Amino acid sequence: MNPRESNRRNFLKNGAALAGLAMGTAASALPAAAESAPDIDELHKYGERSHLVKSVRIGSINNPERRLKDEPVAFGLKSPLQDQAGMITPSSLHFIVSHGYEPPDIDPQEHRFLIHGMVDRPLIFTVDELKRLPSVSRFHFIECHGNSSPGGPGGPERKSVAATPQDTHGFTSCSLWTGVPLSLLLKEAGVQKGATWITAEGSDASKHSKSIPIGKALDDALVAYGMNGEPIRPEQGFPLRLVTPGWQGINNVKWLHRIQVVDEPYMAMMETSRYPSVKLDGKSRWFEFELGPKSVITRPSGGQRLPAQGYYEISGLAWSGGGAIRRVEISADGGKTWKDAQLHDPIAKKAHTRFTAPWNWNGEEAVLQSRCTDDQGTVQPTVAEVAKLWGADVDYLRKTSAIVGDFNAIQPWKVNRDGSVQNAIF
Amino acid sequence: MRFSRLLAGGIAFLACHAALAQTPSYTGVGRAPTKEEIQSMDISAGPDGKGLPAGQGTAKEGAPIFAAKCAVCHGANAEGAKIGPRLTGGQAEIDSLKTMQPVRTVGGYWPYATSVWDYINRAMPRGNAGTLTPNEVYALTAFILSKSNIVKEDDVMDAKTLPKVQMPNRNGFVPPRYQDVVDEHKRGCKQGVCP
Ligand code: HEC
Repeated sequence: MNPRESNRRNFLKNGAALAGLAMGTAASALPAAAESAPDIDELHKYGERSHLVKSVRIGSINNPERRLKDEPVAFGLKSPLQDQAGMITPSSLHFIVSHGYEPPDIDPQEHRFLIHGMVDRPLIFTVDELKRLPSVSRFHFIECHGNSSPGGPGGPERKSVAATPQDTHGFTSCSLWTGVPLSLLLKEAGVQKGATWITAEGSDASKHSKSIPIGKALDDALVAYGMNGEPIRPEQGFPLRLVTPGWQGINNVKWLHRIQVVDEPYMAMMETSRYPSVKLDGKSRWFEFELGPKSVITRPSGGQRLPAQGYYEISGLAWSGGGAIRRVEISADGGKTWKDAQLHDPIAKKAHTRFTAPWNWNGEEAVLQSRCTDDQGTVQPTVAEVAKLWGADVDYLRKTSAIVGDFNAIQPWKVNRDGSVQNAIF
Repeated sequence: MRFSRLLAGGIAFLACHAALAQTPSYTGVGRAPTKEEIQSMDISAGPDGKGLPAGQGTAKEGAPIFAAKCAVCHGANAEGAKIGPRLTGGQAEIDSLKTMQPVRTVGGYWPYATSVWDYINRAMPRGNAGTLTPNEVYALTAFILSKSNIVKEDDVMDAKTLPKVQMPNRNGFVPPRYQDVVDEHKRGCKQGVCP
């Protein structure tokens, strides 16, 4: 919003408060509420949710000491999964991780997207030109590889008994992405023999750069300009974002302005320093891309309180970097017995899938868990199984200060006799 | 067949794509960039030195530049400060990787000196990135590496010498050679965790 518009908006809001008084509406008795109720003319032009709905992203791994004065964006902000319905994350609540970098203020008319390197015909596009090319729209989740990690700077809040799904799983979000298949653009440029990787670069202040195997680039990667029916939000990459379905969030380069076709990984900062997983043998595994199957019950969930015995619909989200979700099972007895949940349309590849199951709470202690299986047949693991993949024991997962990347273990929520629900991951 | 499962297969696939792609299909959409346009954006430097520009610098030359432009955030000797992380490290940090408190620093973790060049050039000084000359970036890289005793004060860093610098944790990665990074399913990775 430019300053003129923002002044106008404030003026209109104040005007609305006055109008409320003049008309003797309920607003006049509650001036504070009236002030936060947006002007109806403004709402007609561009809608907002009810001012009584308060669900917001919450900053995490947010070390204010490390933040510069001109960096209002926290390192990471988690999405309130527990408040969401269906499988789409509202764009305004999509999680944000940008290593402290603020969204650049990009004029889409000025923005250029360059493809060069090992191609027959280097090409440069405007955003409008990309919109002339054959487009696709697909549901895909984007998830940070550190989502749900018990270790790392966000570990304490993730492990806390008071944790909500936002605390435990808030670094994932799902959108309808619209754009041009990267394969189409690469074919236009004519990829040369011997090319095996691309580097994708954003135009943020750190010029974030990520190496991606060309197989993925030619498979299902998208150069997206649309998100949930509107231009991509600035904090999500406006005007262009590379979407690499099912792969760790760091590959989904925001503010995309350049793709170079190359014959080796370029060993940029994030892929060599921040994102390799260090195992207890001291060796780092680099270039892990695909996120495993994962699910979380969002209702009832940590931080909530069941008001009375009786009927509750269990509801949650499941997703996998390997493909579509084929099955979700629910246990209400700590994993002794499991029952299939119902999967809700749309069920898309590498997208959040909403599941529900009926449940009657008898007032006794209960442990609620969900376990998903994707269309590759891969089943979401237990904490013990994740530990095994890491060549460690559960104690390591509980105590390490390192980020446990791609942590996709089954998430238990404990329902206490008083109806309170708490995180029971360890 | 899911293409992403086989990078080797992918290369064959790619060859036929390239063959198909000799004539563009969407005329009048996009254009050929000028040489200058490519040059102004083409900043990536690879581990074997691809993309490194002409220029050179030593740690000695880097010291005053670091003091003026970097020390405020990273400390006078790159030891880290309130805002910027520590850039030095060595065997102690490599040993820490086997514990529950692993420490990752440029000196003690980063496998390639070229990545240090590339990152300083694209992202530092934070808040003012893109303002350093190639000579300054070579000198600053040399200075940071010298603080971990990886290069000497007078070693000249340029497009030829920088890729040859042996970083202490160079052998700390699986697979050890970037040339051997193939599709993760072929590497036996499961659930996003590689063996
Ligand atoms: C305003 C503060 C600030 C200034 C000035 C600054 N840096 Fe940084 N630097 C940072 C921060 C913060 C990071 C961590 C970035 C991240 O984690 O994404 C960083 C990261 C780095 C890294 C990567 C370290 C790592 O392990 O991630 C290098 C190398 C580096 N800086 C070099 C320099 C050099 C050389 C200069 C001077 C030209 C400089 N910095 C100036 C704040 C600064």
